[in-house]
Amino acid sequence: LSSDFLFVGILLIFSILLPVAGLGFAWVIRPKKPNPIKQSTYECGIETIGEAWVQFKAQYYIYALVFVIFDVEAVFLLPWAVAYDRLPLFALVEAFIFIFILVLALVYAWRKGALRWS
Amino acid sequence: MEAIITWLSAIIPGMPPATARLIVYALYSAALAFMAPVALVVGYTYMERKVLARIQDRIGPNMAGPLGLLQGFADAVKMLTKEDVTPTNADRTIFNIAPALATIAVLLVFAVLPVAPGVIGSDLPMGVIYVIAVGGFGELAVLMAGWASNNKFALLSAFRVVAQLIAYEIPMVLTILTVTLVAGSMKMGDIVAAQDVPFIVTLPVAFLIFFLASIAEIGRSPFDLLEAESEIVAGFHVEYSGMKFAFFFIGEYMHLFVAAGVAATLFLGGWRGPGASPDTILGVVLGFIYFSIKTNILVFVMMWVRGTLFRIRIDHLLDLNWKFLVPVSLLTMLAVALVLKLPVLGSPILQWGGLLLANIIVAAVSLAAVVFAARRSQSAALRGVAGVDS
Repeated sequence: LSSDFLFVGILLIFSILLPVAGLGFAWVIRPKKPNPIKQSTYECGIETIGEAWVQFKAQYYIYALVFVIFDVEAVFLLPWAVAYDRLPLFALVEAFIFIFILVLALVYAWRKGALRWS
Repeated sequence: MEAIITWLSAIIPGMPPATARLIVYALYSAALAFMAPVALVVGYTYMERKVLARIQDRIGPNMAGPLGLLQGFADAVKMLTKEDVTPTNADRTIFNIAPALATIAVLLVFAVLPVAPGVIGSDLPMGVIYVIAVGGFGELAVLMAGWASNNKFALLSAFRVVAQLIAYEIPMVLTILTVTLVAGSMKMGDIVAAQDVPFIVTLPVAFLIFFLASIAEIGRSPFDLLEAESEIVAGFHVEYSGMKFAFFFIGEYMHLFVAAGVAATLFLGGWRGPGASPDTILGVVLGFIYFSIKTNILVFVMMWVRGTLFRIRIDHLLDLNWKFLVPVSLLTMLAVALVLKLPVLGSPILQWGGLLLANIIVAAVSLAAVVFAARRSQSAALRGVAGVDS
């Protein structure tokens, strides 16, 4: 397994080199004339009022939670899918039960209005 | 790849196979990391501008070089010589890492992409999970850029990343699961080998869902809410300029190719076609040509979609995902699992037919459900009843 990742490691080194080389080259040849107005936040030409680092709306967290449910489910189902043709018929029933429970979660979230954008 | 490694260790006396392997890997990585971005970005920006121009009844770039072919290089020079502006309020470290990460994340997916017979960086046993996992870094880069800019437009874009990109990962993973079920393996190489009939024929619904989710994942129109110009200026890269902006751009256009390439590998049979085989050089070249044709057809369709459809609203976008694509992809997966276990479908042809039939039934059922839901919400709206959730 470690030799499988050898190529990924080499590619990672080269792909880090690409932005480093690109940004480094641009750093050498580009003009540098900073001034405070230029470096202010881009917004209608006037100073931004208040911080931009505010709290996220809670709605996004609810979507993220529903996402986690399904992503973890997929992680459990992938080994099942790989070994599927070697599994007995009962594996299908098990998967149906597993997905049924998840669909219940989705239906619950739906009914609760968690999936409604407000 | 393996053949070149054996050949190299055979012609150079005293070279151990491990060294030969290292050299071949390094050369292939260098080609992917330095040549692919240039070729793909220059080629696809030109193609996209020409295709969009044709759709909008314009000529498109035609000044730089013959037929405007040098436009991409002109843009590259312009980007390189542009001044880099970093806002004083930004979180500098994360602000600078984000564009690099956007490019690196896409480049890493190339490692498991079988571009020609036998030419694959590393056929990882968990190939499809790797694609999803590494793709996740791209989403992280967008989130980092939006957050670190300390700009309200960029922050809104970062919010939308959280909602959109992660949401569309679910139908994507579920359709990949369907492919894995039929192929019996998560290796990209095995998935290509399993497609005696391309999965687009046997699993058309899964393909459509995957393709839609791919377009959403790379944030292209009609799902380009991340950088909706009319609402949030340019979204997450509003504060970026010069080469840093260029790296988001490079990442985006390579992502276009990678998304189409993965879709072509999973559903269109990858490099497979008449005459393509890993044994002869001609076979390898043919395989590469087939892969390129299939991938570029998908890229063209993505550009076509961009030129045709308008941007959809965020609530519609999320509804489409959670209330339509996720249930339908779950249903497809269960239907496929059921068909694969049916004892009467012994021969492959019967099984292909069964899979296709199951897909058609799933499509019919889901379309009927949509029509039913639409009629119900419409009549509810006409009667002035609130609270019907379509």
